[in-house]
Amino acid sequence: MPEITYSITFYLMAAIAVAAALGVIILRDVFRAALSLILLFMTVAGIYLLLHADFLAIVQILIYVGAISVLIIVAIMLTRDARQGQPLGKIKWVAGIVALALIGVIAWGVINTAFYLSSTPPLEETVKPLGNLLFGNPGYMLTSEIAAVLLLSAILGAIAVIREK
Amino acid sequence: MIMEHIQFIAPEISLLCFALLIVLLDLFITQKRVLPVLSVIGAIVAATFIIVIWNTPPVGLFDKMISIDPFGLFFKLLILAATVLVILASHNYVLKFNKFQGEYYALLMLSAVGLMLLVSAINLITIYVALELSSISLYALVSFLKDKKSSEAGLKYLILGGVASAILLYGMAFIFGLTGNTCLTCIAEYVRGMPFKDLQEVPALMIGLVLIIAGFGFKIASVPFQMWVPDVYEGAPTTITAYLSVASKAAGFGVIARVLMTVFGLPVWLHNDWAMIIAVLAAITMTVGNLVAIVQTNIKRLFGYSSIAQAGYMMVGLAAMGLTMGTKENVTGGLIFFLLSYTLTNLGAFIAIIAISNKINSDEIEDYNGMIKRSPLLALGLTICLISLAGLPPTAGLIAKIYIFSGAVNMGLAWLVVIAVINSVISAYYYFKIAKAMWLGTPVTEEKVDASWPEWLALAACVVGVLALGVVPGLFMNLTTAAVRIFGI
Repeated sequence: MPEITYSITFYLMAAIAVAAALGVIILRDVFRAALSLILLFMTVAGIYLLLHADFLAIVQILIYVGAISVLIIVAIMLTRDARQGQPLGKIKWVAGIVALALIGVIAWGVINTAFYLSSTPPLEETVKPLGNLLFGNPGYMLTSEIAAVLLLSAILGAIAVIREK
Repeated sequence: MIMEHIQFIAPEISLLCFALLIVLLDLFITQKRVLPVLSVIGAIVAATFIIVIWNTPPVGLFDKMISIDPFGLFFKLLILAATVLVILASHNYVLKFNKFQGEYYALLMLSAVGLMLLVSAINLITIYVALELSSISLYALVSFLKDKKSSEAGLKYLILGGVASAILLYGMAFIFGLTGNTCLTCIAEYVRGMPFKDLQEVPALMIGLVLIIAGFGFKIASVPFQMWVPDVYEGAPTTITAYLSVASKAAGFGVIARVLMTVFGLPVWLHNDWAMIIAVLAAITMTVGNLVAIVQTNIKRLFGYSSIAQAGYMMVGLAAMGLTMGTKENVTGGLIFFLLSYTLTNLGAFIAIIAISNKINSDEIEDYNGMIKRSPLLALGLTICLISLAGLPPTAGLIAKIYIFSGAVNMGLAWLVVIAVINSVISAYYYFKIAKAMWLGTPVTEEKVDASWPEWLALAACVVGVLALGVVPGLFMNLTTAAVRIFGI
């Protein structure tokens, strides 16, 4: 992809992502906020694609757009009273100022730092090396195993929390 | 290569196996009393494995994912001890959720596995996953009672915990972006090689550092990340409150000390910077904790604020630790000894509270009036723990405070120690308010309060520990200095 198309695509995606994120918190209707969240997930997947992380992009769409968003929407449909979000009230201005200050500090940090740049070219094939890295040694084998235990504990916790009293 | 490494994570694996065994057995057996016995055996087996590998030289395992060193092993033993004591103290409490005892014990042990991995993790990814493992189990455990307060506490803990995780991840992302590494020692190498003289020249490092301190600050309940503490402590099952206030906090201090000391330990300007952040936070934390604790009438809320204040004292030790990097001084033992003393003391106090509240069904301090007539031994045990929390002789609390404060004075933090001493005096007021109610108040009824034998056993272990640490601290100093000698690789 030529440099200019790449940049245009990136900034377009980034702008849509920020707009969608703002939509999630500004829209009063919870259902519309959820739809806005889906848009955000999709643009993030697009940014992953631009970074040559094709597998991650697919997983992002499958899990976040496919599963999590559906879950959120089902939850909204089941709780009829919660269609309208809580208005923020007076705290809105404080929260806004804090958020803006945070954005300012982080933007200052990002602009003024020389970040580490990798010199290795992006991989052509990503799935196989990723699998080797996740389940191989040396690699993230231990972390994957801990994540498996994490899922088990989440299931146990869910069973205990939703039990009949 | 993998098989050689497995022996070093045998403690975690065995504890996990016992947790799974409990979940499975729970399906088939009707005699639920077997489950706590199994959990205690599991913890003892894990502790045995730790003692077996105690003397091995520090190694990094699984491609620098976790490290086996005395520092991590000490914290693992501490977490296991806290888990055993909480399981013993749960003996009567679990009857409140009769059918779900299996899940309760299994989640408690899974959370302990997460905390044990957390204190030995030397990679940002392992740290995050282990932290989530312990937190997810705790979210469920906090809302285990399923009444209004417990559910609210669980939800608050879940949401605020999620925010804290996000902040921590954001900080880690900055550090990773700057250095291109997730392993702590690799990051440290990169940071030491940077040609800078001031934190302001590398804003990403500064933001990363602040966000990471904020993320862990939630776990150790430091002000201003303490807002979840009172509600969660009050709403959670009292046994889980006890667990949160010791095991989760101790592991939080273990991981924050490791990250700050390894990654941000050198060069000198860097650790001076974060030590000052921690010192200022420590002063605010203990003052806020102590002042708000004075007006509390619910004993669980009071202990929530008291645990915030105690975290403030521990942060004094952490700040002093930061300042010692690169010097010949070693004040790290102070923090370790304080954590050991705090764990035993706070657990002892909570075990007495659990036994009493099981009987009187109330957590209000005024209902503790005249407890000395209704149960002399429970009241005495609780009083000894309160004396230790206030930091008076002949208990562990005094030695721990002397140890931590003298280290801080040596490192030039005299102003902080003055604030800490004033705070200790303030804290004595509300600790003795409970003691006064128990010893001088007139009881509402003459009905006796008794505890079950596992509760007595746990309380006795804590009280003996508190007194032993206070009378012959020399015996334990060796252990704590051994624990800090080596910070992994």
